[in-house]
Amino acid sequence: MSAIFEDHDTDRQVNTKWWASRIAIYAALLTWTVICLFPIFWTITTSFKLAPDVMKGNLIPWWDFTPRWKGWESIGLSPRLIGEVSTVREEFLKRFWNSAIISISASLLAVVLGSLAAYGLSRFNYRFGFMRNSDISFFFLSQMILPPVVLALPFLVLYKSLALLDSRVGLILLYTLMVLPIVIWIMRDQFHGIPIELEEAALVDGLGIWGAFMQIVLPIALPGMVAAFILSLVLCWNEYFFAALLTSSNASTLPVMVASQTGSQGINWWSMAALSSAAILPLIFVAIVLEKYIIKGMAAGAVK
Amino acid sequence: MNTEGDLLHTVTADNISDARRRLGKAMVWGTALLCAALALWQMAFETGRVASGFDNWRPILYAYVFWAIALCAAQVVVNGEKGKRTLFVLPAALFVISLVVFPLLFALYISFTDWNLASPNGPQPNGWDNLIEMWNDGFYWNALKNMVYYVLAVSVEYVIAFGLALLLNAQIRARKFFRVVFLLPLMLSPVAVSWMIGKSMLEVRFGPISRLIRELGGEPSFFGTPEIARFMIMAMDAWTFIPFMMIMLLAGLQALPKEVLEASKVDGATGWQSFKEVIFPLMLPVSVTAVVIRIIFKLKLADVIINVTSGGPGGATDSVTSFIFREYRDRSNVGYGTLLAMVYLVLIVIFVTLLLKVVSRWMERPA
Repeated sequence: MSAIFEDHDTDRQVNTKWWASRIAIYAALLTWTVICLFPIFWTITTSFKLAPDVMKGNLIPWWDFTPRWKGWESIGLSPRLIGEVSTVREEFLKRFWNSAIISISASLLAVVLGSLAAYGLSRFNYRFGFMRNSDISFFFLSQMILPPVVLALPFLVLYKSLALLDSRVGLILLYTLMVLPIVIWIMRDQFHGIPIELEEAALVDGLGIWGAFMQIVLPIALPGMVAAFILSLVLCWNEYFFAALLTSSNASTLPVMVASQTGSQGINWWSMAALSSAAILPLIFVAIVLEKYIIKGMAAGAVK
Repeated sequence: MNTEGDLLHTVTADNISDARRRLGKAMVWGTALLCAALALWQMAFETGRVASGFDNWRPILYAYVFWAIALCAAQVVVNGEKGKRTLFVLPAALFVISLVVFPLLFALYISFTDWNLASPNGPQPNGWDNLIEMWNDGFYWNALKNMVYYVLAVSVEYVIAFGLALLLNAQIRARKFFRVVFLLPLMLSPVAVSWMIGKSMLEVRFGPISRLIRELGGEPSFFGTPEIARFMIMAMDAWTFIPFMMIMLLAGLQALPKEVLEASKVDGATGWQSFKEVIFPLMLPVSVTAVVIRIIFKLKLADVIINVTSGGPGGATDSVTSFIFREYRDRSNVGYGTLLAMVYLVLIVIFVTLLLKVVSRWMERPA
């Protein structure tokens, strides 16, 4: 039966064009998805492989190789070893704790200091000597361009004389310094977005400026603070340079542990893979759960 | 912000008595004196003039922190309401100044000494020797040259990131899924990435990519020749940081005024035309911010290089930071390494200032 309603030729052309663009878009999206996910997939699957699997290049679990816990056993985290005492696991957990404590405290400290400074700069006019508000902001933000390598050595010497070398406090201070400009950048933007009338109303109602800040502004700015906190957390968790120079046995973090294992390469890929997976999994989890905040934080300064 | 007067205007009648003022001043000066006295005493102890002293400088640090707290408290005591306002910025400012300015001054001193951690003499000033050594150090200039390449690679990253942002902004299903997936590489630590990609996926014998290349009939060699090795480092760094620019650009795309885009569509612009004439110009401010920040991050590039190639082959992949890291680590050449770092800092400051000047001139708005 010939169609009664037949599309005009030009309409059909548009239709195929639309489909072509659809297919192109999804093809590009899927290609990049593979590029993003394959290294992660590879690392996690490799941590369940045995030497022959690695050498034969087997890729898909249960299809061309049977997953084994060998890699995870090497850091003491497998169903079989979880109940037993294991020195490697303690070693790993110690590093993990160091990383967690250092990055969380540094981010907290940076968010507190940074939010206060950003709030002050967005509401009041300061004069410290020749420095006006814009100069002070610039002073804070300019810390971003300071390469870590410039500070590394003075801190090495300074920490040695302060007995802060290889201590968590030392790293926390440095990491706070490192993420502070970013926090101030994000929070300044957040506070600019909060209408000043709110605080004025609070002041009229008898709160002081600190009271208005704590009770009125903070709750509104909380999502922004969470965003800044998460971004700082990611940066601190992944930091390697300072940790490698300033810590040795007590306070060294996960990246340092991963890096020190790569030196002794050999063929025990499964243990390296397990270690790398354990180092990246917490952040992958954070990314999936708190994606909204991370994007919010990064988008903050971009759009004025 | 150039508005005169406070945005949040407060009127308070502060009647601060002279006694209160004096108390505030006494707090600051008293703690400062305590800190200075302790420091002098410890210095005398270390040079052997006083018999007893502390094991380390930690007590002086405590005294310094005590002084900082007293300084903050004194603001309120002396200035009342105005002091409470200062209290917002002062802690962060003190923190940054004590952690940046003092170490930088110290670094300036070290960089003109011949200090090697292995030598027993400690730091000895050696005038301009380090600068002359730097002038003749081919590896340092080579590292600087590599930094130029690495910074130029940002342009390619920008194109890819813009493309991905456009894709994510298009009418697609499962946008949230793709956004999370595209964000993931940014979450991974460069050290883990350097193992995951640099040392295992690119491993010549068993790595999946080597295998793929061999299947296709090629002979995999990723870190053998300088050009390919440098490209591989760039690719790994790009892989981690493209999401960063992508998110910023995506935020910019989503903030574009819809009316303008619709108007261009009504006027019959094709997709490419509306991109070239409307989207791209409107996105310029966001693009510039993203690229400048990315360049600033790029200038610190080191982790991947340290862990994958340690600068090899023949310094082809060295960044300035990784080069100085090895100078510390392997040769303990503290004085010379610090000078290199200081020179690098000066170069960066000049470069970034020029960049911002050019950008703000070009955009005709204050940076």
